[in-house]
Amino acid sequence: MTRTLLAPVRALGRGTRVFTLAVGSWGSLVVDAVRALRWVQIWAPLTLRQMTRIGVDSVPIALFIAAFTGIVLALQASYTFTGAIPLYFVGVLVGKTMMLELGPVLTGLALSGRVGANISAEIGTMRVTEQIDALETLAYPPVAYLVVPRVIAGTIMFPLVTALAIAMGIVAGWITAIQLLELSTPEFVNGLKLFFLPFDVTYALIKATSFGFVVTSIGCHFGFNTKGGAEGVGRSTTGAVVASSMVILVLDAFWAVLLL
Amino acid sequence: MSIEIDGIHKAFGANQVLRGFSVEAREGETLVILGHSGSGKSVTIKHVVGLLQPDEGEVRVDGERVGGMDIEELFSLRRKVGFVFQFAALFDSMSVADNVAMGLRRMKEVSDEEREERVREALRVVDLVGFEDRAPSELSGGQRKRAGIARAIATRPGYLLYDEPTTGLDPITRAVVDRLINRMKDELGVTGIVITHDMESAFRVADRLAMLYEGKCRLEGTPDEFRNSEDPVVRAFIEGRPELMEEAE
Repeated sequence: MTRTLLAPVRALGRGTRVFTLAVGSWGSLVVDAVRALRWVQIWAPLTLRQMTRIGVDSVPIALFIAAFTGIVLALQASYTFTGAIPLYFVGVLVGKTMMLELGPVLTGLALSGRVGANISAEIGTMRVTEQIDALETLAYPPVAYLVVPRVIAGTIMFPLVTALAIAMGIVAGWITAIQLLELSTPEFVNGLKLFFLPFDVTYALIKATSFGFVVTSIGCHFGFNTKGGAEGVGRSTTGAVVASSMVILVLDAFWAVLLL
Repeated sequence: MSIEIDGIHKAFGANQVLRGFSVEAREGETLVILGHSGSGKSVTIKHVVGLLQPDEGEVRVDGERVGGMDIEELFSLRRKVGFVFQFAALFDSMSVADNVAMGLRRMKEVSDEEREERVREALRVVDLVGFEDRAPSELSGGQRKRAGIARAIATRPGYLLYDEPTTGLDPITRAVVDRLINRMKDELGVTGIVITHDMESAFRVADRLAMLYEGKCRLEGTPDEFRNSEDPVVRAFIEGRPELMEEAE
């Protein structure tokens, strides 16, 4: 009877232990990555390639998501405002929502699937096929070779991709407004400017930068700790996407509490 | 010039793999370490290049303790100890030539021209001329092993560690790889440690053998000493007769 009653407590304890160990292991990898910055000649040449893979190659999916988000935001704003609020507030809602929330978060979540999964699967496969050991035997520090270029590339490129996504969302909202909502361009732009603060852009870019850092570093962490064969790689990939998506949402709330 | 493995113990969780294993690879010889699958052979040679650290005991290369080395000293050690992985561990995203050049790129004293020359030379030694631009996925199992050997010898190491070099190969390719191991010793003067459970291959390449059993060295000696051993565990392994092992237990 006591055992049954204590089972949830035990499960909570086990879960807390696993979580704490995982956070500790991720933190340790981040510290190693900071230390590995001294091997500039190893990570610098690889960073540009990673910026292309992580950033440039992610632009189409980010723009696709942002475009449809902008369309839906404009239509839902018009539906909500019917009669009660002037229609130019569509511009306010599209602009503010894309900048403060949906641009960074949706781009972050989409890229956690695309980039986080890719990093985790690639490094995980290298782990289980002994390619990481091979790097070490060839006198390469694996963290400098694999982790640093990806984390730097993600931290730089996520805000750039997010900025493009925000712009695309606003343009899509504007086109929707003038084509489907009988709103003129000056009205939409007036709405857009009404409550705009330059800090909105800073806020979006701070969030996107933090998302880039966590998605890439968590992807590297799961990849580095892959065990077993193909099944292990699959587990790591799923784990990386789930963990980075959750951390993105937690960080989203954290920045809102801290900065707004 | 020698590799001394001195009483090393290693456990992974509750699994005690090595229990005081000692063996020495002397200059210019090929030492074969035999043992069942899972007996700790690969774990043993990973200690030599510092990929693993022993729980007890120590490994010395040229008299220097591997366990006490900092990262830069480990890099220097790894430049003189080539490692041939069981499944070659070639980098998927690179061509064969780029794989072979990887170790050389970390050597500042090697110019671009010299690096290209050394890559050509390493590929010539393993008979892979013409395969420079192929991706690892376009190579057969034997070619992958040979590319792995080319990558390991490109830095001209004094030692080569071979982890199951003939596993999964057909008999002809096995013989080719064995011949290559002997060429490394005869032509390049390389001291080698070969991990295997392939007895035919072991007797073809070994100057001396050591059998790893239950985490310790069961027998160390010349090929003839192994062939003439009366130890039932050794005989069971060499002859592939598990009943001898059961009788011994």
